[in-house]
Amino acid sequence: MSTVANEVPVTSRAKIGASQGFARPSITIVVASAAWLAVAAVVRFWPDTPDSDWAHTGDLAIILAAFGGALAVAGLLSSAFVPVMQRVRRIAPWLIVLAVFIGVWEIVTAKLALLPLPFFPPPQAVLEVFIDDWSKLGASTLASLRLLAGGYLIGAAIGFTAGVVIGWSPAFGYWIHPILRFIGPLPATAWLPLAFFIFPSSLSASTFLIALATGFPVTVLTWSGVASVSTAYYDVARTLGASKAFLVFKVAIPAAMPHVFVGLFMGLGNSFAVLVVAEMLGVKSGLGWYLQWAQGWAAYANMYAALLVMALACSGLITLLFRFRDHLLAWQRGLVRW
Amino acid sequence: MTSYLRIDHVDKNFIRGGAETKVLSDVSLSVEKGQFVSIIGHSGCGKTTLLNIVAGLTRASTGGVLLENREVNDPGPDRAVVFQNHSLLPWLTVYDNVRLAVDKVHRSTKSRSERHAWTLHNLDLVQMTHAKDKRPAEISGGMKQRVGIARALAMEPKVLLLDEPFGALDALTRAHLQDSVMALHQKLGNTVLMITHDVDEAVLLSDRIVMMTNGPAAQIGEILDVPLVRPRKRLELAGNTTYLKCRQRVLEFLYERHRFVEAA
Repeated sequence: MSTVANEVPVTSRAKIGASQGFARPSITIVVASAAWLAVAAVVRFWPDTPDSDWAHTGDLAIILAAFGGALAVAGLLSSAFVPVMQRVRRIAPWLIVLAVFIGVWEIVTAKLALLPLPFFPPPQAVLEVFIDDWSKLGASTLASLRLLAGGYLIGAAIGFTAGVVIGWSPAFGYWIHPILRFIGPLPATAWLPLAFFIFPSSLSASTFLIALATGFPVTVLTWSGVASVSTAYYDVARTLGASKAFLVFKVAIPAAMPHVFVGLFMGLGNSFAVLVVAEMLGVKSGLGWYLQWAQGWAAYANMYAALLVMALACSGLITLLFRFRDHLLAWQRGLVRW
Repeated sequence: MTSYLRIDHVDKNFIRGGAETKVLSDVSLSVEKGQFVSIIGHSGCGKTTLLNIVAGLTRASTGGVLLENREVNDPGPDRAVVFQNHSLLPWLTVYDNVRLAVDKVHRSTKSRSERHAWTLHNLDLVQMTHAKDKRPAEISGGMKQRVGIARALAMEPKVLLLDEPFGALDALTRAHLQDSVMALHQKLGNTVLMITHDVDEAVLLSDRIVMMTNGPAAQIGEILDVPLVRPRKRLELAGNTTYLKCRQRVLEFLYERHRFVEAA
């Protein structure tokens, strides 16, 4: 089986492909392609349960078949596309699992009605949400991202500054540290009722809460990063005749960056949680609000669609953060890959 | 005549947890311009403390250091240090590590393109131009030390302070770097103060060897002139009587008269 080929390091696989002129069609990709086409056939030719009215069963079959077809093409590509093919081959086992999952989901819902409605809608119902309600879903996503970006950036900036200041200056540390210890561990969501009351708008209240949730881990980790910078680096800089500002900006901050990114990562996770809760309880827009609204109408397909979008967006943002880190911290070895 | 670098009656006490330890006691030393002076002694005798005082990283408890008749109080680019290790900033490339020092020291005297050329020139002196875009984690220990030396040279210091610069290297790399440092000293005529615990290294490189007694309260025990002509060749010296005599003197000092006290 091609699992053996998967274990060969990428570089040597590339050489094998190049030396043969044409890459061997990957069995895994062919299997994945077949799986997707099979699921498409099940969706298309196995009739839905009698009293159902799903409008997009045919569309779902077309999409699945199109994806399966694309995989088939990828599997038969010549060596000119070796890099593309290798990426596809790498994810092919997961694509097979995904096809099986969609197939099982389709069968136990739309075909056999084993799971109760409306809690477990079939894939075509979720697809229907994307087709019919994409504008509201899109607007909600944009609203969420805007709110998140505002709060996160403010929180990260303040947390970073506070962390550097505490780590650098004992005098500031004396005043900030107790506040940080007292208020930091409090979940930002606990402030929610108060924040909506104190702030002029629910938007500013939510921004504040997200900033708070982001700021705490960023502060603590930046602080610990600055505090743990090796004195040898400072000695080096001081023998160059470095000023205080030079020590902070050219030594302390770059050396603390690995810690800072752990804080930014934790802060991002916290901010997602606060975002959703804030949108559910106060802000009348965004994906959290969309979820709440869908629940009110028992529109479970909409909820699954919103969850899917949310998962993609959150995962995408974290990927973005890690890309940024990999770029900035190329000097560091043994980074965790996201 | 006053000397170029003068360490004048330096005492150093460290206070830890209420207890005071005397590390250096009444250390006085004069170094002439262009001289290569080594300080040798057993570990823990306060050699590095003495170097840090000259560098300005540590303050003497009493006494002081004069460089060209001006008192040393702070670290400054007129006294460049090559540290034993950890001396390169890991987030900067080899080029940027040297360029950082060049920018710091020559900002007002050299234009941008001159600073670039000067950085490359100094990397070239230590034969590290080929790795200029690598990060410290990607090069060997010997290469890192070369870059450290390039950075120090690029600052055009009045005194070059070497803190056991070859201590962490294997024997072959060490010999190679010692030759490089000798050649650079010959070419540029720097004043050098080097800490070492390697007798051969001290005799090979130095004009004078300062031997320190064991701590606590270490003092200068003896100063030995090394009257070997330069340029010196490692292989030719192996059988040279002057070389062997100097070596013998230092060994006697270290292993007979001031034997290292275990777990002192």
